[in-house]
Amino acid sequence: MASTEKKANTINPQKTSKKHKREDIVSEYVLETRNLGITFGGLKAVQDVNLKIKKNQIYGLIGPNGAGKTTVFNLLTGVYQPTTGAFYLNGKDLTGLRQDKINHKGIARTFQNIRLFNNMTVVRNVMVGLQNQPEYKCSLFESIFLLPRHFKVEKKMRARAKEILKIFGLEDERNNFACNLPYGKQRKLEIARALATNPKLLLLDEPAAGMNPNETEDLVNTIKYIRDNFDMTILLIEHDMKFVSGLCDEITVLNFGTVLTEGNTKEALNNPDVIKAYIGG
Amino acid sequence: MEFLNTFINGLSVGGVYAMIALGYTMVYGIAKMLNFAHGDIIMVGAYMIVLFLPINPIVAIIAAIVLCALLGIFIEKIAYKPLRGASPLAVLITAIGVSYLLQSLAQAIAGPTTYHPNPLEKLFPKFMGEPTYGIIKIGAFQIKLSTLITLICVALVMIGLTLFVKKTKIGRAMVAVSEDKGAAQLMGINVNNIIMITFAIGSSLAALASVLTTFESASVETTMGSLPGIKAFTAAVIGGIGSIPGAMIGGIILGLVECFAQAFPRIAPYTVAIEFSLLIIVLLVKPTGILGKKRREKV
Repeated sequence: MASTEKKANTINPQKTSKKHKREDIVSEYVLETRNLGITFGGLKAVQDVNLKIKKNQIYGLIGPNGAGKTTVFNLLTGVYQPTTGAFYLNGKDLTGLRQDKINHKGIARTFQNIRLFNNMTVVRNVMVGLQNQPEYKCSLFESIFLLPRHFKVEKKMRARAKEILKIFGLEDERNNFACNLPYGKQRKLEIARALATNPKLLLLDEPAAGMNPNETEDLVNTIKYIRDNFDMTILLIEHDMKFVSGLCDEITVLNFGTVLTEGNTKEALNNPDVIKAYIGG
Repeated sequence: MEFLNTFINGLSVGGVYAMIALGYTMVYGIAKMLNFAHGDIIMVGAYMIVLFLPINPIVAIIAAIVLCALLGIFIEKIAYKPLRGASPLAVLITAIGVSYLLQSLAQAIAGPTTYHPNPLEKLFPKFMGEPTYGIIKIGAFQIKLSTLITLICVALVMIGLTLFVKKTKIGRAMVAVSEDKGAAQLMGINVNNIIMITFAIGSSLAALASVLTTFESASVETTMGSLPGIKAFTAAVIGGIGSIPGAMIGGIILGLVECFAQAFPRIAPYTVAIEFSLLIIVLLVKPTGILGKKRREKV
């Protein structure tokens, strides 16, 4: 199962067989998915995922390796087009939109295996996230001929990037190349870059992977800080159960692409089916 | 003095290669494909000069650049974009197909006639005629007007492009896309637009290169783009394909080698062989090219 997920990651997003007709709904949730699912060839990688995430919630998505967690993220960010179902951000149907459009509408993400722009400096990485914001608009003409407005916008962007980096304690590293940062800081920079796109919903794919207990604790605080100060809603994938129970009040447990259980974190984690799925037997 | 003249000629020839190589390297860096039809854009540009020169030399130059940029966008839209995500081999074969298509179309439309348009003669008719023949003399040092213009254009293009990539939003987006297309797209960058702009820039540079070659009274025929195209590709690989400064350095090295080889009567016949041997030597010593970066495989 794990290998199929890897393989699915490398192939091209499949076109939806029948065109999904986008229809907005009235929803009290920031993210709502309805029967979201995708099939690779004959393999049902994910099916019938119904997430309901409230505003300012930190929501967990857990499950054993190959359960389809990252596939759900890929569906929510438009990397894959779902074969069934739809998803809504504040009631707006975003199903079938292109990745950059979905990002503009307000979903940003980080990656399981870090995907920074390695040969760019830390501050430029964040600026890539910032530069598509309407407030930093600057026409191609102004940009090419380096008119005053271009410099004004660049200056504003740099200042904002510095502010964001400060939250993550990265402001002193801003002129280093991203690839030279230690692992924990690279993970943080990924979150900073995603945050720079000014999302309404932030998807974190195993943010604590490979971190030591101190770094993890620090990350817990940072994530809470982001939720409170950026008015953010966060959906995260994580294997560290302590991390999950410390942050998330609600979780969804996936196994073999289907929802095993969902709801209150403590109850879900103590569910015998969940324990069985993790430990086996 | 002989040395200096050869050196300056080498710089100007190399500068033109560099300009074409920039198109190869930018498209490779951003769309991850080898656009073998790039050389034929030079040919199309030259025919545009032939077509529009009777109207006005300035109009002809601008028309060549603008129309080639549009042609580059058009080719990308109809030939390469549908193959986005297809195997690199399929895209490569398509590019070769486009190259032959452009040559055949030119043959069908323009016929087998060879043209020798020279916008420079129309721009400076007095200076290009007797007694100077377009040569600027300062003491023992002499330089052709066309060479001087080429050097200036190449320098401006290199500085401009470097600034564009380093300073502008689109430049930053280009670097981001070349580093990781998927991640860039998920950060809200419209990759299709960036690829389109890249093709437009690459093709307009190829057109500018063809303008500069017509200044040297090059023969305009349907296959004229092939050799400069291949040489510029060689230059891009020598410099490290995907790297913009690499393409500049590679082009200039190739131009210098060409001009110095031609300066010695004994080895002059082997010039092209020497140039391509240089590629083999560079690749043996440094397989990624001079400024090429080793790509870590993602695990």
